Amino acid sequence: MSDSLDTYLILSGILFAIGSFGFLARRNAISMLMSIELMLNAVNLAIVAFGLFGRYPDATAQGAVFALMVMTVAAAEATVGLAIVIAIYRNKKTPLVDEYDSMRQ
Amino acid sequence: MTVETLLPLLLVLPLAGFAFTALVGRRLGKGAHWVAVGVIFLAWLIAMIAVVNVLTGTAPAIEGTESHGYIVGPWERIPAAGFHVDLGLYVDELTACLLIVVTTIGLLVHIYSVGYMAHDPGYWRFFAYLNLFMFSMLLLVLADSWLVVFVAWELVGLSSYLLIGFWYRKRSAALAAKKAFIVNRVGDVGFALGIMAIFVNTGTLNIHDSIAKLTGGESALTIPIWIVALLVFAGAMGKSAQFPLHVWLPDAMEGPTPVSALIHAATMVNAGVYLVARANPLFAAAPSAMVVVAAIGIFTAILAASIAMTQTDIKRVLAYSTLSQLGYMFAALGVGAFTAAIFHLMTHGFFKGLLFLGSGSVIHAVHEEQDMRRMGGLAGKIPITYVTMLIGSFAIAGIPPLAGFFSKDEILGEAFKLGFPWIWAIGLFVALLTAFYMFRLMGRTFWGSFRGPKELWDRIHESPSVMTVPLILLAIPSAVLGLALGLPFGASVIHGWLEPVFHEAVELLGHAEAEYQLFGIDGALIGASVAVAAVGVALAWRYFGADIDGVHVPARPEAVREISARPGLSFLYRASLNKWWFDELYHLLFIVIGGRIAQAFWWFDREVVDGTVNGIGSTTVVTGRNIRRVQTGRVQNYALGIALGLIVMAGSYLLLISAPR
Repeated sequence: MSDSLDTYLILSGILFAIGSFGFLARRNAISMLMSIELMLNAVNLAIVAFGLFGRYPDATAQGAVFALMVMTVAAAEATVGLAIVIAIYRNKKTPLVDEYDSMRQ
Repeated sequence: MTVETLLPLLLVLPLAGFAFTALVGRRLGKGAHWVAVGVIFLAWLIAMIAVVNVLTGTAPAIEGTESHGYIVGPWERIPAAGFHVDLGLYVDELTACLLIVVTTIGLLVHIYSVGYMAHDPGYWRFFAYLNLFMFSMLLLVLADSWLVVFVAWELVGLSSYLLIGFWYRKRSAALAAKKAFIVNRVGDVGFALGIMAIFVNTGTLNIHDSIAKLTGGESALTIPIWIVALLVFAGAMGKSAQFPLHVWLPDAMEGPTPVSALIHAATMVNAGVYLVARANPLFAAAPSAMVVVAAIGIFTAILAASIAMTQTDIKRVLAYSTLSQLGYMFAALGVGAFTAAIFHLMTHGFFKGLLFLGSGSVIHAVHEEQDMRRMGGLAGKIPITYVTMLIGSFAIAGIPPLAGFFSKDEILGEAFKLGFPWIWAIGLFVALLTAFYMFRLMGRTFWGSFRGPKELWDRIHESPSVMTVPLILLAIPSAVLGLALGLPFGASVIHGWLEPVFHEAVELLGHAEAEYQLFGIDGALIGASVAVAAVGVALAWRYFGADIDGVHVPARPEAVREISARPGLSFLYRASLNKWWFDELYHLLFIVIGGRIAQAFWWFDREVVDGTVNGIGSTTVVTGRNIRRVQTGRVQNYALGIALGLIVMAGSYLLLISAPR
């Protein structure tokens, strides 16, 4: 456990960068969903860190609650996302997003 | 049954005849005329009942006027908030005079057409059109609303168009029909504007109410009355073919001859005269407009008479003669001699209808030849046509005691006495020309020797009685109508009839009631016009021959050639032969120059107006086609866009807050 906000923010930034790189670079729909989760968790880390080291000491709990909230939404999002991906996979027989092109003209 | 209940039948019968003949006429073949002629005969009977009642004064008095007559309706049509058009029939002495001409000549022309059109494949179509015309013309004279008059005005124009272009496979006929229609449009624009001006001024479309309001002087008018009068007159100029809209009438002779007689001599072209006469207080309240009417009338009279001198087509001579006589009528209206104008309208309707039907009989006899250069000496071959046309010619030349003498003399005398000596002088000269060209026509057609092909001569025969009987029936009024209506001088029958109608206008004009002096000024004027007519006839006989009881004068074509080649006269001769180059002038003005301007406008419309609209469309299409490439359909590309956008926004925010203030 570090005492510095910067450490957490740097870690959060690194995680977010990995997540966005994964989202942009990977072609597999499952990997992209996982990258989204990574980015959300990076944000969660930042929120909790701000709650802990922020200007208002009694905001710690609020930050934690907010993070829980985000995790709930992320779980729901992952569920729906996975369902969609599976449905597309059944039709297209591929998990690669660049082959999902039936709406291109 | 009262007359009021019969009057709507005047309109219903010809309309029903038109509908019936148009729908089932083709199956009736040669029997197509029975219904068409029958309904016109019934309409004639009804009209005569109404006319007799109105003119003898047994009809009820019309409220607010001194006239006797009938008002039927009005039935409200097209009701809207604060505006409605009423259809009502209005019969007074003026309408009665028109009804006599329209229904009588209409009936005789229908009967004549049975013979004239007998071999035409469009037999049933011809009678359907004639019935449509009769309906329109009767609506025109009976209606009491400006708007209904305008509708009828257009309907007679339509029937005229259909009948001029009756032989539509002939290119010249189709073109003549189009010309008549287009030239009439020019006048109709004026008439429509006039009606709008009347409505703006008075808020009513009823002819009698609106004129009472216009001339009553109770409230200031939005549009000056002389403008209203001139706009209405513009419509009259178109329909009655007055200069400068006279060019359509001679070309209208492309239609069958009964049509020329009915529409282009006796009835429709009189609609303009009727309109001005009907609106007489309106014109009387605008003396400046009256002068314009008189000037255009007398100018048309001399212009047309000068052209009629040299034309070789028998129907064209009569067409220009019609123009000239209509000019007389407008001159009479313009000087304020309304009764004289209507009197001339009636006599002219009969004798010009007779002359046209006679010319049709001549054309029929020489197998569709209209050129007088290939006629001559026909008097012995077609005696009935000859005698009736001779009566008609004497009548139009103004030889007493035939009809034309009385009416023409009244116009000239009134013009002189009402202070327009220049109109009298020109009119007198036109009377000379009239007598000359009519007897030139007679000389070229009936006297001398036949100039057509020899083998035709033996086949020339008189027309069947279905054609000659109408000629005889028209010759009778041409001879005696003047005696019946024009006597005694100064207090004639027709003055008694029309006095209530024109009373108000004459008062507005302030004409002094002068004592009629048969052995003074009036006698001298009569003497002058008779002398002039006699000189005209004598001149025509001298140059174009005559072969009438006791008078045998040979034609002298070489003298005619010599005179027409003289230096001063050759220009006039060429001008007359070429109709003063009006067709060429209009061709230059409206087809060449107007066409260029139209083409410039077309270019502007095509390139600038259409170009703007199409340009907006095609720019959108091209832009869309190019921008569409952004939509790759790959999720990663969109995500990259979102990420880049976020970086740009966050970066610029950071730059802004860190910027030194």
